[in-house]
Amino acid sequence: MISLQASDFELFGLPTAFALDRAQLDLQWKSLQREAHPDRFASEGAAAQRIAMQWSVRINEAYNRLKDPLKRAAYLCELHGAAVNAENNTSMPPAFLMQQMEWRETLDDCKALKAVDSKIEALEKLLDEVDASHAAALAQIVTLIDADHNYAAAVGQVRALMFIEKFAQEVQHPLDALS
Amino acid sequence: MALLQISEPGQAPDPHQRRIAVGIDLGTTHSLVASVRNGVAECLPDDNGQVILPSVVRYLPGQGRQIGQEAVANAALDPENTLASVKRFMGRSLSDIVNPEKLPYKFVMAEGDTPLSAKGMLSLQTVQGAKSPVEVSAEILATLRYRAEDTFNDDLHGAVITVPAYFDDAQRQATKDAAQMAGINVLRLINEPTAAAIAYGLDNASEGIYAVFDLGGGTFDISVLRLTRGVFEVMATGGDSALGGDDYDHALADAALASMGLAAVQGELSAEDKTRLKSAARAAKEALTSASEVSLSWTHADQSHEVKVTRAQFNEATTALTARCMSAVKKALRDAKVKADDIHGVVMVGGSTRMPQVQEAVAAFFGKPPLNNLNPDEVVALGAAIQANQLAGNDAAGDLLLLDVIPLSLGIETMGGLVERIIPRNQTIPTAMAQDFTTYQDGQTALALHVLQGERDLVVDCRSLARFELRGIPPMAAGAARIRVTFTVDADGLLSVTAKEQISGVEAKIDVKPSYGLSDNQIAQMLQDSFTTAEVDMKARALVEARVDGDRMLLATQSALNADGQLLSTDDRARIEVLMKALRHTVDTAVDAQAVEDATEALAKATEAFAAERMNHSIQKALSGQNIQSL
Repeated sequence: MISLQASDFELFGLPTAFALDRAQLDLQWKSLQREAHPDRFASEGAAAQRIAMQWSVRINEAYNRLKDPLKRAAYLCELHGAAVNAENNTSMPPAFLMQQMEWRETLDDCKALKAVDSKIEALEKLLDEVDASHAAALAQIVTLIDADHNYAAAVGQVRALMFIEKFAQEVQHPLDALS
Repeated sequence: MALLQISEPGQAPDPHQRRIAVGIDLGTTHSLVASVRNGVAECLPDDNGQVILPSVVRYLPGQGRQIGQEAVANAALDPENTLASVKRFMGRSLSDIVNPEKLPYKFVMAEGDTPLSAKGMLSLQTVQGAKSPVEVSAEILATLRYRAEDTFNDDLHGAVITVPAYFDDAQRQATKDAAQMAGINVLRLINEPTAAAIAYGLDNASEGIYAVFDLGGGTFDISVLRLTRGVFEVMATGGDSALGGDDYDHALADAALASMGLAAVQGELSAEDKTRLKSAARAAKEALTSASEVSLSWTHADQSHEVKVTRAQFNEATTALTARCMSAVKKALRDAKVKADDIHGVVMVGGSTRMPQVQEAVAAFFGKPPLNNLNPDEVVALGAAIQANQLAGNDAAGDLLLLDVIPLSLGIETMGGLVERIIPRNQTIPTAMAQDFTTYQDGQTALALHVLQGERDLVVDCRSLARFELRGIPPMAAGAARIRVTFTVDADGLLSVTAKEQISGVEAKIDVKPSYGLSDNQIAQMLQDSFTTAEVDMKARALVEARVDGDRMLLATQSALNADGQLLSTDDRARIEVLMKALRHTVDTAVDAQAVEDATEALAKATEAFAAERMNHSIQKALSGQNIQSL
């Protein structure tokens, strides 16, 4: 019998793996909410409404984690005893740090550009580069988790991906302001 | 001919079988009430056949007041006591109001506020004393409640009340307080664009991604929704809770004053002058929807002035307002991660979308003509009525599912006046999210928590929702304590916050309502004072309500037993049946509400484990159903 303590994957009836069918996830989310959403229990007693609230919150929590590749990867690592521990563990390989520094310099250069057109062009070029790194890190995570089951190594890639996503947001932000 | 129904022996025919449930659109300029009758949602008219109730209340010297059309008719004679557009002041302090001098009212600050730091909800001075926007809204809601009760000749079971999607927590709480004051059981607060989408989507059997562009009298919302087989999933929402048709009126009034050569008198206009100028501007605005040029006349200091206004001039005077709408649209699309091309259709809602410049701006941005085949004034109330009917349990076959989001991020203040986000905007509700914090100083035994809402990084730029304290933390070195702060947003979009120190287990909790909402005592006092409810014997009403709740609990328990009774052991079932019998007896014979409430609570407690078990089974069923499908 399924319970509130079940893992996100069990709750959604999905295999405990990184690869996942997004359409099926969305479908499953809606069919679970159909059963659990507080609206279904609006004319029932307080007990039923409290339970509906707990389940509905739990289903949304699991859905948020499963639909986001980075959160899903971190969750899988934790399930297998490899904690990401992002706030305490910030040591990264030197090559990765070098690249981050280069990106930051490029971003500063982009922001300094006066002409709007060339600014947008430079920012988009940088964003393409960051997106490519993102895709590469994600591909490595797929292999490390689903094929090699090497969660200790996957954790390193998850931390790298966190930095990359954060930086991508910093590039996206001035682009949004310009468009 | 349809066969007539006869009830089972020993079971009384239930008088509350069909519960009266309505949808209420509490609008800035006008309000409506709608209900599902014979399977069709329709707006309920008043005695004169009017469905629209102007959201205007006039307080008369002494005790009386006029509500709706009657108040509008006298607005120019008695502007200070005729309160219109109070929705713009809901959950707002005086410092939130832009250009209060353009309005004909005398504003009153909340107790303890100073002009430089006005934080509490403002009030408006009338001949009957200071009236809060919540009280004024309660008058409007009570009028609609009586309209519904007269129509059905029965008590109202409950209502779904709509709020702008972009309303923050303080504004939502103020709306719920107003409903409570009007004696209305709120089944749910739902967002106006979502309500419109329900009415539109069900009528047109639409599937795909839609945008709802809702420009009302005082608020602007944009919601991006995905519609699939009865599921209305809000992907992102955005807007401006202080932008609407009223602002277009003011812009046109300013432009007209300027072309009369009277811009300089702006500061010295009387309340009457302002009200008449604004009505003249509104009439001109409405005429410009079909005409390309109108004349606007206004009398000031016994001199009558008349100017011609062209549509082009009106467009120019309001370009900045329309641009504000469109930049909120762009932001919402970005949040939803969709492009303008991905949108199947743009549903136009709210009377202000009749303005040609708005229609043109939307058509140009989305590259397709917007959808105008609904009455923009009624569609929100109709959608709310459909949802109310289902929530009340009248529509057993209804498979409508709303998955809505919170419009603005929620967070708490950290060192240095910064906001740490706990729940980011556009999260599907209900939701709960937590984050751990720690102490700043050695031996710190208490923590001040300041709850904020908004997208900016600095505390001063966000809306303050509540402050509370966690006390009794055992003294530890700075940074050693682990304080988990959990934000929970319910299906109405309302927030509660808990803080718990993980090592010692010390805990504190707050339902966010204090800074702007009213305390329960204040509401009780206002209920006593309010003459909308003065005629009703409060005690009798409480008994009726307790009986309805008791009946509801009995019905719910019986249908749960019928559906899943096999999950219970013989003993547990017997225990529940004893309590049901006791409650049935109390409902039938009790003379005071408390006895009924106690018996209802006892049954609720006894069925808690059963309810949890049933939910587990439903979830299991959903899972296995899915697995069979996907094979």
